[in-house]
Amino acid sequence: MDLLSRKATCNSHGQDSSYFLGWEEYEKNPYDAIKNPHGIIQMGLAENQLCFDLLESWLAQNPDAACFKRDGQSIFRELALFQDYHGLSSFKNALADFMSENRGYRVSFDPNNFVLTAGATSANETLMFCLANPGDAFLLPTPYYPGFDRDLKWRTGVEIVPIQCSSTNGFRITKLALEEAYEQAKKLNLNVKGVLITNPSNPLGTTTTGTEFNILLDFISKNKNIHLVSDEIYSGTVFNSSEFISVMEILKNKQIENTDIFNRVHIVYSLSKDLGLPGFRVGAIYSNDKDVISAATKMSSFGLVSSQTQYLLSSLLSDKKFTKNYLRENQKRLKNRQRKLVSGLAAMGIGSLKSNAGLFCWVDMRHLLSSKTFEAEMDLWKEIVYEVKLNISPGSSCHCKEPGWFRVCFANMSEDTLKLALKRLKKFVDNGNSKRSCQISESQGLKSSRKKTMTTVSNWVFRLSFHDREAEER
Amino acid sequence: MKQLSTKVTSNGHGQDSSYFLGWEEYEKNPYDEIKNPNGMIQMGLAENQLCFDLIESWLAKNPDAASLKRNGQSIFRELALFQDYHGMPEFKKAMAEFMEEIRGNRVTFDPKKIVLAAGSTSANETLMFCLAEPGDAFLLPTPYYPGFDRDLKWRTGAEIVPIHCSSSNGFQITESALQQAYQQAQKLDLKVKGVLVTNPSNPLGTALTRRELNLLVDFITTKNIHLISDEIYSGTMFGFEQFISVMDVLKDKKLENTEVSKRVHVVYSLSKDLGLPGFRVGAIYSNDEMIVSAATKMSSFGLVSSQTQYLLSALLSDKKFTSQYLEENQKRLKSRQKRLVSGLEAAGITCLRSNAGLFCWVDMRHLLDTNTFEAELDLWKKIVYNVKLNISPGSSCHCTEPGWFRVCFANMSEDTLDLALKRLKTFVESTDCGRMISRSSHERLKSLRKKTVSNWVFRVSWTDRVPDER
Repeated sequence: MDLLSRKATCNSHGQDSSYFLGWEEYEKNPYDAIKNPHGIIQMGLAENQLCFDLLESWLAQNPDAACFKRDGQSIFRELALFQDYHGLSSFKNALADFMSENRGYRVSFDPNNFVLTAGATSANETLMFCLANPGDAFLLPTPYYPGFDRDLKWRTGVEIVPIQCSSTNGFRITKLALEEAYEQAKKLNLNVKGVLITNPSNPLGTTTTGTEFNILLDFISKNKNIHLVSDEIYSGTVFNSSEFISVMEILKNKQIENTDIFNRVHIVYSLSKDLGLPGFRVGAIYSNDKDVISAATKMSSFGLVSSQTQYLLSSLLSDKKFTKNYLRENQKRLKNRQRKLVSGLAAMGIGSLKSNAGLFCWVDMRHLLSSKTFEAEMDLWKEIVYEVKLNISPGSSCHCKEPGWFRVCFANMSEDTLKLALKRLKKFVDNGNSKRSCQISESQGLKSSRKKTMTTVSNWVFRLSFHDREAEER
Repeated sequence: MKQLSTKVTSNGHGQDSSYFLGWEEYEKNPYDEIKNPNGMIQMGLAENQLCFDLIESWLAKNPDAASLKRNGQSIFRELALFQDYHGMPEFKKAMAEFMEEIRGNRVTFDPKKIVLAAGSTSANETLMFCLAEPGDAFLLPTPYYPGFDRDLKWRTGAEIVPIHCSSSNGFQITESALQQAYQQAQKLDLKVKGVLVTNPSNPLGTALTRRELNLLVDFITTKNIHLISDEIYSGTMFGFEQFISVMDVLKDKKLENTEVSKRVHVVYSLSKDLGLPGFRVGAIYSNDEMIVSAATKMSSFGLVSSQTQYLLSALLSDKKFTSQYLEENQKRLKSRQKRLVSGLEAAGITCLRSNAGLFCWVDMRHLLDTNTFEAELDLWKKIVYNVKLNISPGSSCHCTEPGWFRVCFANMSEDTLDLALKRLKTFVESTDCGRMISRSSHERLKSLRKKTVSNWVFRVSWTDRVPDER
């Protein structure tokens, strides 16, 4: 008899996948400006380390918040005992306001419509448990965050069917791609329960456009049982607030509030990216559907946010002076840093998708491939990890259908480290250029087979090893 | 086509069950010594509020831990970024040592075999996901913590088959009860994947005896199944006896590092021993590497806040604090339990002799009109509405015999406990003396024993109200 469940045992493979190498290599040899200047620079972690000084300064000025005090009085006992799955109301109020502020106060959020969870990882899984049965499917535009394969599917039994997006139009969702995905699901005999988008997108770093929203809303208005989940975890990383359109805003503008569609649109949020606090495990589901809120609230028992953390952050986010300054400064620094990466890459002939948000760029290295295959992408990736000593994320790990794209993070290191990374990359590119440009002429490129060769290691093996290493990396 | 999953819609029932009343009534009318002295006293929450002063005093002397500092230096950034599902090594080390200390340092826990989770609620569910397929069953001795119905079954699809325990032997697990449960599962066409026990028991307040533990280990060896020992109350043992962990038994039977030891798993949490349910700190301990590996990945869905891991690693690493705390905690719990027990005795009410926990398993069978669960519900309503005490009826814990109630004693002040006892005494004395005299055991046996409200209705409403209450 099987002693362990299939869920537990299916994960035991893939530990020696070659994709694992990047992470292993980094951990064996992590870059340190002083102690290990030739080590591997981590550019695969979508963390926001640019504004810690603002948080530290606030903490120094407001010591009560971390020390279980309110107006100088200890509230330790109250917090120690607080395990109500409805969450601390002061925190939900502050979160509602913060999210509204992040959207320029163009929409408002009802604190009662929130469910707090231990990170967006927990929020997304919980939503799947609420909206879909095992064997149902959600449609996701590619490329997408590799963690979704585990978060949305693993324990829930839900399937993901990709909405294939292409570089020909900047990886935008098209009506055709959406319909094709829906047909594909039907062919596979899967009941489509919803569409899940990440807005702004990981790994693209772009915000969803009005056109894309029209396509999505059209789709779910025609298909009455389909939900739309908008993971807005990167909403605070938009370089210009006005460019971020939350799905809630669209609903408001189209006056869809209080219609059936309204109840089928749900938002996921987290403080891991905007505030750079992935360790604190703070996520949320926002929904207008009372049944979803009710069920998700009960399910949140399996991943509540520590009351100690809820209290600290309710104080932080209630401070409007702080949030205003933080959001503005965060955007400024991210924009600045992204520019540095983009121009550095451009200087070596590497383009990236024009992005307006996120902690990373979607970088076009197709021209550096020896052939237009995922095999070649993997070869290039290995070179970049082993020789250039940069750990970046290959597009195939994000289910991109075109080889040659890589996600490169810019907000998890100092400016000097970024400069060094760019320097190393430029050297690599300059060395390789002469070799490569001789071998691969335009006509040769066109002739060589453009069919997507199967990755040498199956996707799930990659995904599992990828997650083995760094579960929470987005 | 349904819009929401069956998990959601199946739960829509039970919101207006009468069992819900206790909680609603309490929230409408909560007791407060000054503001609402006639309000309802909450005796249904298994919380440990007896030793906060010790923790507060430690916090005052060690301000760095909460202020995200180490040796006066801010480590805020490090903590803000720390999301490794392997958990903070210094915290796991401190947890392992704390667990060892609770067990008199007779057994060792390897920090690498610990998987942290957001409370034991998360730990138990995760273990189910790792050990059972939908439709597989775990055997649980009754009475058991109502939350298990949701924690072990809801999203996992696992089933619970009860091991019926009876008052005739103090609700101890017997070999025949185990076998019967196993056979019942087979009759229901359910594959048994393991046994789950809570040791010390909730709601009994008793630690498993060595005999029971040996029985369990032998049983799972023969059947080639798992044994989960939820030892969340291990630090609340106050009896003369020592707490015997399943790990002690493995060691004594020389089963360490054997195949059997890989099928024995311990669940722990700081919610009861330290009184910190709000901080969401739980753990799975397993000797099976594959389980540790899978559970570690699953813990992504409920990691412990790094802010909290850091604070508690500092607290638990202070050996002076932990030894003083454990001793004082046991002392105060023992004293408080004695107070409840003697107060109940003065009202002619006995309880199961307990040596652990934050509650007593109280025998009110003689107060029932008939030996039925219907009568238990009636009595419970009286206690809630008239006596204004919210206590937990045995049927909510799947007890097979009506008339037992779980009454908590560690979540209130001594004065409040005294008041609760006073009210109860008044109530008992005011009830028909004839009823008490005529309630012979002969009559009890004759009267109907069927439940009138289905378990699931109760369970769902019960857990609607306070999910994490144990």
